[in-house]
Amino acid sequence: MVDNVTAAKVPSGAAPATNRIGLTLAEYKGANSTLCDGCGHDAITSQLIKAFYEMGVDPYTVTKLSGIGCSSKTPAYFLNQAHGFNSVHGRMPSMATGVGLANHKLIQVGISGDGDTASIGIGQFVHAVRRNVPMLYLVENNGVYGLTKGQFSATADVGSKLKSGLVNEMQPIDLCSLAIELGCAFVARSFAGDPKQLISLLKAAISHKGTALLDIISPCVTFNNHEGSTKSYKYARDAETPLHDIGYVPYFEQISVDYEPGTVTDVTMHDGSHILLKKLATEYDPTDRDNAVATLHKSQQEQQFLTGLLYIDPTKPDFNQTLNLIDEPLAILKEDQVRPPKAVLDEIMDSMS
Amino acid sequence: MKTLAADCAQKQKKGRVVNDFSIQVATINGSGSQSANSVLMRSIFEMGVPVSGKNFFPSNIAGLPTWFTIRANKKGYVGRKRDVDILIAMNPQTALEDLKSLLPGSVCISPVELKLDVVRSDVKHYQVPFSELGAKTTDQIKLRKLLTNMIYVGVVGELLGIDEAEVEKAINKQFEGKAKAIELNLTAVKIGRDWTRENLPKDDPFFVEKMDSTKNKIMIDGNAAAAIGCLFAGVTVVPWYPITPASTLCETLIDYLKEYRVDKETGKATYAVVQAEDELAAIGMALGAGWAGARSMTSTSGPGISLMAEFVGCGYFTEVPTVIFDVQRVGPSTGMPTRTSQADIMSVHLLSHGDTKHIILLPASVEECYEMAIQAFDLAERFQTPVFVMTDLDLGMNHWMADRFVYPDKPMDRGKVLNAQQLEELGTFARYRDVDGDGICYRTRPGTVHPLASYFTRASGHNEKALYSERPEDYVNLMKRLDRKYQTARKYVPAPHVQIEPKAKVGLIAFGSSHCAVEESLDQLRDENKMAVSYLRLKALPTTEAVRNFVETHDRVYVVEQNRDAQLRDLLRLEMPDLSMKLRSVTHYDGLPIDARSVTEAVLEQER
Repeated sequence: MVDNVTAAKVPSGAAPATNRIGLTLAEYKGANSTLCDGCGHDAITSQLIKAFYEMGVDPYTVTKLSGIGCSSKTPAYFLNQAHGFNSVHGRMPSMATGVGLANHKLIQVGISGDGDTASIGIGQFVHAVRRNVPMLYLVENNGVYGLTKGQFSATADVGSKLKSGLVNEMQPIDLCSLAIELGCAFVARSFAGDPKQLISLLKAAISHKGTALLDIISPCVTFNNHEGSTKSYKYARDAETPLHDIGYVPYFEQISVDYEPGTVTDVTMHDGSHILLKKLATEYDPTDRDNAVATLHKSQQEQQFLTGLLYIDPTKPDFNQTLNLIDEPLAILKEDQVRPPKAVLDEIMDSMS
Repeated sequence: MKTLAADCAQKQKKGRVVNDFSIQVATINGSGSQSANSVLMRSIFEMGVPVSGKNFFPSNIAGLPTWFTIRANKKGYVGRKRDVDILIAMNPQTALEDLKSLLPGSVCISPVELKLDVVRSDVKHYQVPFSELGAKTTDQIKLRKLLTNMIYVGVVGELLGIDEAEVEKAINKQFEGKAKAIELNLTAVKIGRDWTRENLPKDDPFFVEKMDSTKNKIMIDGNAAAAIGCLFAGVTVVPWYPITPASTLCETLIDYLKEYRVDKETGKATYAVVQAEDELAAIGMALGAGWAGARSMTSTSGPGISLMAEFVGCGYFTEVPTVIFDVQRVGPSTGMPTRTSQADIMSVHLLSHGDTKHIILLPASVEECYEMAIQAFDLAERFQTPVFVMTDLDLGMNHWMADRFVYPDKPMDRGKVLNAQQLEELGTFARYRDVDGDGICYRTRPGTVHPLASYFTRASGHNEKALYSERPEDYVNLMKRLDRKYQTARKYVPAPHVQIEPKAKVGLIAFGSSHCAVEESLDQLRDENKMAVSYLRLKALPTTEAVRNFVETHDRVYVVEQNRDAQLRDLLRLEMPDLSMKLRSVTHYDGLPIDARSVTEAVLEQER
């Protein structure tokens, strides 16, 4: 009984294509989206489905968590075979932390929005990043509260205009520079309208051990896609300045890319995958933390929309390593592993008598 | 103030008062008096006399006044005694007020330079040159202050007749493994004792005599007891945020986890502890872990409970197990963080917006802190919901005598969790379908490898299949089923302790730390007032049928609790509106633990 899988429409006679673990793309899908037509979030969901499919990740090993808002609805729209939890506004990071501790074998996808992360949940965002909780942390960032019909969020740019004509005068919170400050070891910014870059970053994020933050500009077609918005499709398309062309080669494939020496930076992930960053206009080293922060600060001053892999450190230990947990998930430990024998109680009682 | 002649006061306390008194030690916070007070309490315990110790401390690290009260009672009463019999007035800041609060005929031990004898002549004064004696303990100025405290242990020991050997045992226990400290403290006690023997003729009625009532007993605080419960409940995920008076629960648990749940060879842990950024995150992590199948807990106090409200509603509505300890302190708001109260019961029971009702366990002793901690995990997983264990500062942080804890005789109840094989056999699964009719549905853990296993948990409206729904009938069915689950819980939670006095028209109901005062009050009502009173001690919410029966069979039932608004009385009135006029109230909410005399007086006042 599979209640809510959108069955793939396969032409009769032709076997559908499968990935390396024998699953079809349809098996990575979820329920139909209930978001507005053309919503950036749906474009991100599509790439996420594709990324998991192409990576050959077993959906049973994934959990999808979210808070509240339009973005937080999206975990229902992919990977039906994965458990999901649409929880409390701004509190996805703490739930994900708990899930990860209970079962560190799970690959966690946390989906949040700019309201969910940059306002109500910024404390939890900060501390999840500080702990380096293993998860893909996706912020579907449109600068606006969609579900409550179009109020500014804390990532809206100065001078950005609402449909009503209201202009934002508050400094935006840049989640990427904040995350780098906090020691996040995978920080990227992308655009829902740039699927090629996005899918490479998503795959790289899946390979990353620890918190991988993806701040994805994801236009709200209903409340923030007009002239004067700095999070509209048009604005983002015109303004997007990629730091590099991003290629991703998973650990289970051979690198067979031709490139001129000195034009590509190769970052090796802990699982043996490679991120290949092809130089564009200027040199950018994503392993240089100080430079990453400086570059972001400069882009804010110049109102540039920089995308790409801003910062990476594939060696940083994640939260589970810090806690030195046993290999078996805590959730499935047997009674004799977690309830000490009677002799221990006797010992404790003796110490108190 | 009118003073009476001391000899007149002595007449009021004729004869010997053996193993029935309370000692109050007034010191300055941070002066290191804690070891001395523990040793004094422990010495009485070693004499075989039932004893309890309460710390009345300020929300402060050093400098403000603090009091430690030791009650010795041959009958085993462990609640607070309202009146102090022996004052050790070491704090010049409070000495006058402390002295004024004594009843005539009490004893006051004080530093000679405070000249307290001129303030009141109706108490027995023992004036001791503490500074002079302290100087003899050691050459090290730093240690002298600490050791001066130990001198009063010697003074009191000599005056009360506590055996030297028992004091020595207590010191050995207190400073276990620290030979130098043991030696210094023994010296200090001896200096106090010798000086007393030579200079202070015994002239008061209070004595300690050997008994046999502490054999096989332990001394422990409720937080440590609950921590041991969590350890043996097999807790695996412990997110917490520091708050008085709950901090020592998780801190003690962490110590035990490090000791007993780390593989000695690999150093790997079978648990995860996180000091969260706030209580919101702590409960979020606890619920995340519970959802993923782990046994999780957190501990907090009132302010943390308030912060957790939204998430607890989420846990209730999405049906996720976790255990929350509320070690209550005085509210509202910051209130009095180091004072005790039972004023969270209403808000915890109904915590969060919308229709919510939570299971609460109400331990009344350190033994029950341990037992109910274990039970709470079983109930949380059985009922797939946050379960609260409510104690308070008095029970949680004070020192109680107890029987040795009993190793759990039942295996852990992990509740209705389906694995891949069971899913295969069933061939069907809907997360919120009430298959068994008890309101409790089956769940699967994330990571279960079966096409039927996954579901999408939503804190929004959902149907049996966990799909989003705003259909009126889906919502009503869900809420009715959650209520059915709550009704089922009535059969699972611990039943109240009921003590029926034949022909009694009056009954008392109490819970938690009020129990010790009520137990003593029942004896006072019987022995002093010839009143037979029945007693029901509530151990959990929801209530069971026994509570209704109890109220039905008595004319007047007084609900004794430590809050202003008679919160439990009102909850019981909601449960049994037809009996509501029988339910009366005795409240105590000044921040000090409730005492028997106050209960007795309040009952008599209303019965008059």
